[in-house]
Amino acid sequence: MDAVRARYPEHFTRWSRQRFVMIGIAAALFLLLLFGMGQLGFFGGTLLTGVGRLFEIAGLMLPPDPGSWAHARAYGVALIETVAIALLGTLAAAVLALPVGFLAARNVTAQRLVRFLARRSLDTIRSVDILIWALIWINVVGLGPFAGALAIMTADIGSFGKLFSEAIEAADRKPVEGIASAGGSHLMGIRFGILPEVFPVLASQVLYYFESNTRSATIIGIVGAGGIGLHLAEAIRTLELQQTSFIILMILVTVAAIDVVSSQLRFAMIGRRAGIGK
Amino acid sequence: MSTTIVRLPEAQLRPLMAAYDASVRSRRANALLFVACVAVAMVLASISAEVSPGKLLENIHRFPSYIIRLFYLENGQPVWTDIGEWFWGLQRWLRLLAETLLMAYVGTLLGALAAAGLAFLAAANVAPGRWTRVIVRRFCELCRTVPELVFALLFVIAFGLGPMAGVLAVVIHTLGALGKLFAEVVENIDMKPVEGISSTGAPWHVAMRFGALPQVLSNFTSYTLLRFEINVRGAAVMGFVGAGGIGQDLIEAIRKFYYSDVSAILVLILITVAVIDSLTSILRHRLIGLEGRN
Repeated sequence: MDAVRARYPEHFTRWSRQRFVMIGIAAALFLLLLFGMGQLGFFGGTLLTGVGRLFEIAGLMLPPDPGSWAHARAYGVALIETVAIALLGTLAAAVLALPVGFLAARNVTAQRLVRFLARRSLDTIRSVDILIWALIWINVVGLGPFAGALAIMTADIGSFGKLFSEAIEAADRKPVEGIASAGGSHLMGIRFGILPEVFPVLASQVLYYFESNTRSATIIGIVGAGGIGLHLAEAIRTLELQQTSFIILMILVTVAAIDVVSSQLRFAMIGRRAGIGK
Repeated sequence: MSTTIVRLPEAQLRPLMAAYDASVRSRRANALLFVACVAVAMVLASISAEVSPGKLLENIHRFPSYIIRLFYLENGQPVWTDIGEWFWGLQRWLRLLAETLLMAYVGTLLGALAAAGLAFLAAANVAPGRWTRVIVRRFCELCRTVPELVFALLFVIAFGLGPMAGVLAVVIHTLGALGKLFAEVVENIDMKPVEGISSTGAPWHVAMRFGALPQVLSNFTSYTLLRFEINVRGAAVMGFVGAGGIGQDLIEAIRKFYYSDVSAILVLILITVAVIDSLTSILRHRLIGLEGRN
């Protein structure tokens, strides 16, 4: 035992330097947490009274009830509109982002400046929240679902451009070289060498985003860009809590249904190799 | 060196070519069917979403002009001619930005701590009971499917206007998203250390602490840092529904057409997000480096 202790002293010291550093970092994080909670008013009485009121609200939300048949129908139509917004926005973004993705990919675009510009603009687009894009598009095409679809499209061009360019960079070079050696042009190399290889990956990413966009589409109505969000915000603000929970339930069911369908489609497309492109 | 390509006799070639043509044709037909389905879905969706290309074409010029207008002051000069006037509210905005960052920090950390606890209850390989696992999983699903802003709207009623509602919304959403990811991490651990500790008669929580936690901690940290990036963006729009942070001033500026304020706040948010992103990515790479060295 003593021999082992002599050979590996670092495993037997209780307070190694690394441990001190770790504890120091944890303490600093914890102090910042306490400071933040203090700044944001967690230690006043509001937290406790708020939690009490939250339970009251949760009680009032049950059972979910649309109130009247007309309400339920309006919610159904709005929900279809929400899914439509998500579908349109996602597909339009995918189509528009494809060329940008190729421009931003290292193995396709040799021009460093073009690549740099493509990447920076994608980063900028991605940093602006979808709600802000919605507000900007409302200024252009007016209130309504069209602005929502455009907002989702704009925000997704940023994400898709980045994801697509990464997928393209990960593609095998050999088919492209084969086409080049057979005398094919650069464009043909992209069309027949890269596109068939990356298409399933891209399609599965698009499906994955369709699902998450359905969730985003439920909230852009809060700023007036169509979909169920408008009804939801209205129901919450007017304290129609049973209607609120009914709408939330409808959203959950829809998102779950889309989740099932899109994961089936994804599996069909990429085989049983789950997890690609997530 | 030249080689002659051997060609099959015509009689043998013909069925092969026919089969090739048939397979190409069926793939083309499949692709066409797929495109047709997508097109029909698009048309139906366009009707539902009130898409009108005419309106878009008619008004598309407003998109660039709106964005350009953002960079002009009220007196008609471009913003960079008078930086002081552009960022006239800098002090207030910086304070709100700090509040936004604190909201994201507190929300991420509290959410991640809760998720780390729940993950051990939700992971199939270590969960103490089948029912707790199912319940915890469903709970996480609920927390991440309902959008953050909806929670924020509800919390604003319960806790009043202000950052607390926003923080709690971030906490709930982080808990849902990280709970799932963390549980997946725990499901991928090597079970031998856990079995070893359990075989000495240690209770469940001790086995988790010394058998599972050391294996998952670096992954947990890395996911939490990623989540922090997302939450900074999320916290920046919490103010849209009155739940604190810079969003409040932003939406007010947009709604009241204070153009240069909009661009000033957006620039501040973009810079903050970029700085946070690069800091966390440095941290994450360090973390991965540490893991590789051990």
